[in-house]
Amino acid sequence: MHKFLVHNNGDDVGVASEDIRRGEEVTGVYMDTEEIITLVARGDIRLAHKIAVNDIPAGGEVTEYGVRIGLAKQAIAAGDFVHVHNIRSARWSFDT
Amino acid sequence: MQLTGYRRENGRVGIRNHVVVLPVDDISNAAAEGVARLIPGALAIPHPYGRLQFGEDLELHFRTLIGTGANPNVASAIIIGIEPNWTERMVEGIRASGKPVEGFSIERFGDLETIRTAARVAQRFVQDASELKREPIELGDIWLSIKCGESDTTTGLASCPTVARVVDQVVDAGGTVLFGETSELTGGEHLIAERCESDELRTRFQKTYDAYVSMIVSKGVDPFGSQPTQGNIRGGLSTIEEKALGNIAKTGTKPVVDVLGPAEAPRVPGLNFMDTSSAAAECITLMAAAGAVIHLFPTGQGNIVGHPIEAVIKLTGNPITAKTMSEHIDLDVSGLLRREMTLSEAGDRLMEVTGRTVNGRLTCAEALGHREFVLTKLYPSA
Repeated sequence: MHKFLVHNNGDDVGVASEDIRRGEEVTGVYMDTEEIITLVARGDIRLAHKIAVNDIPAGGEVTEYGVRIGLAKQAIAAGDFVHVHNIRSARWSFDT
Repeated sequence: MQLTGYRRENGRVGIRNHVVVLPVDDISNAAAEGVARLIPGALAIPHPYGRLQFGEDLELHFRTLIGTGANPNVASAIIIGIEPNWTERMVEGIRASGKPVEGFSIERFGDLETIRTAARVAQRFVQDASELKREPIELGDIWLSIKCGESDTTTGLASCPTVARVVDQVVDAGGTVLFGETSELTGGEHLIAERCESDELRTRFQKTYDAYVSMIVSKGVDPFGSQPTQGNIRGGLSTIEEKALGNIAKTGTKPVVDVLGPAEAPRVPGLNFMDTSSAAAECITLMAAAGAVIHLFPTGQGNIVGHPIEAVIKLTGNPITAKTMSEHIDLDVSGLLRREMTLSEAGDRLMEVTGRTVNGRLTCAEALGHREFVLTKLYPSA
């Protein structure tokens, strides 16, 4: 049973469809291609929060829906919990 | 499902049959509420503004109130203002729709005498409205508005794409759909620009978007925490771009046919963009004033907004919200997250809820008495 969904194949993040625990091996589904992806979660990720499906370098673009949703504040590894602690807006970046 | 509604004097179709008592200004709220207390069935719509506004801000005030009174969900309207001049301006504006409307002003009479005379008319309006009959209508007669609130990542995954299914069907049927939330397109505004029907329209859209975002940026503070909201962030949304892409998912696939100012009535059927705040009650109030009769409201964390005269249907893809706030949720599409339901099935279920609501079933927000009516104010009064 999948525990996360990814909008587009090629996106950097997926959305947890159930709570995910650190260290858990979890399966996700690319919604556009129906392909399956398996990852080991590197953090606790609550329902509706994001999991990285790719490694993203510090300062790199983060993609969801096939579109940039922000920039990585630090290097992010596949399986990491992704939220405001490690990504930020590329548009409204008042603190930079 | 055969849809039914009230065909009004100007040919527009309503799905509710309210008799409203609309104050022109803040200090006339008490009299408007006094009339509604005497005449059950008359609905007072109090609000905090209407004094010493000027210029564009005053025009928006009148456009919003006149549009609300002229909305086809309203059978007839009583207008109460402190003085006769602006009261008459509102009466004339609503009268253009052809429906019964009468105005009363308080100066030289006082609240009690005004309530006495207005209540007699309100009684007659309520009795007359009770004789109006629903008639068969078409889906294309419906003016639909859409706006999401307290979004989270489930909104973009489930509830917004579900709304998109209905939006596309309404547009295909010749109906009119309004979307807005100008600042909340940030990061995906190019996707809306690409869908504008002409270069001229695309330029107008971009100008409208740029002006709103410039206003935000000019304040010199990071809107993070307000836009995206604290609820958005709690629900897993990390940036305005991510929020915008979920929001845009509900607009469906049809071309954008026009760009409207706040509370401006659509001129052509199809998917219309309206320049609005992204705050739920402000946005819905502007869309209802433009003539929308039914609203589809996807929520993630559980925005509970309603409106005095426009029926607001709420749906969520978040199973926690569906479970813990079930009295607010008209349709639970969290099965999409578990992949127990297809988007096509979710769209069909929303279409069914929409049809039943058009035909008179009260929404959760209506049954719970959510009547948020929030005027957009452009700048301080004189």
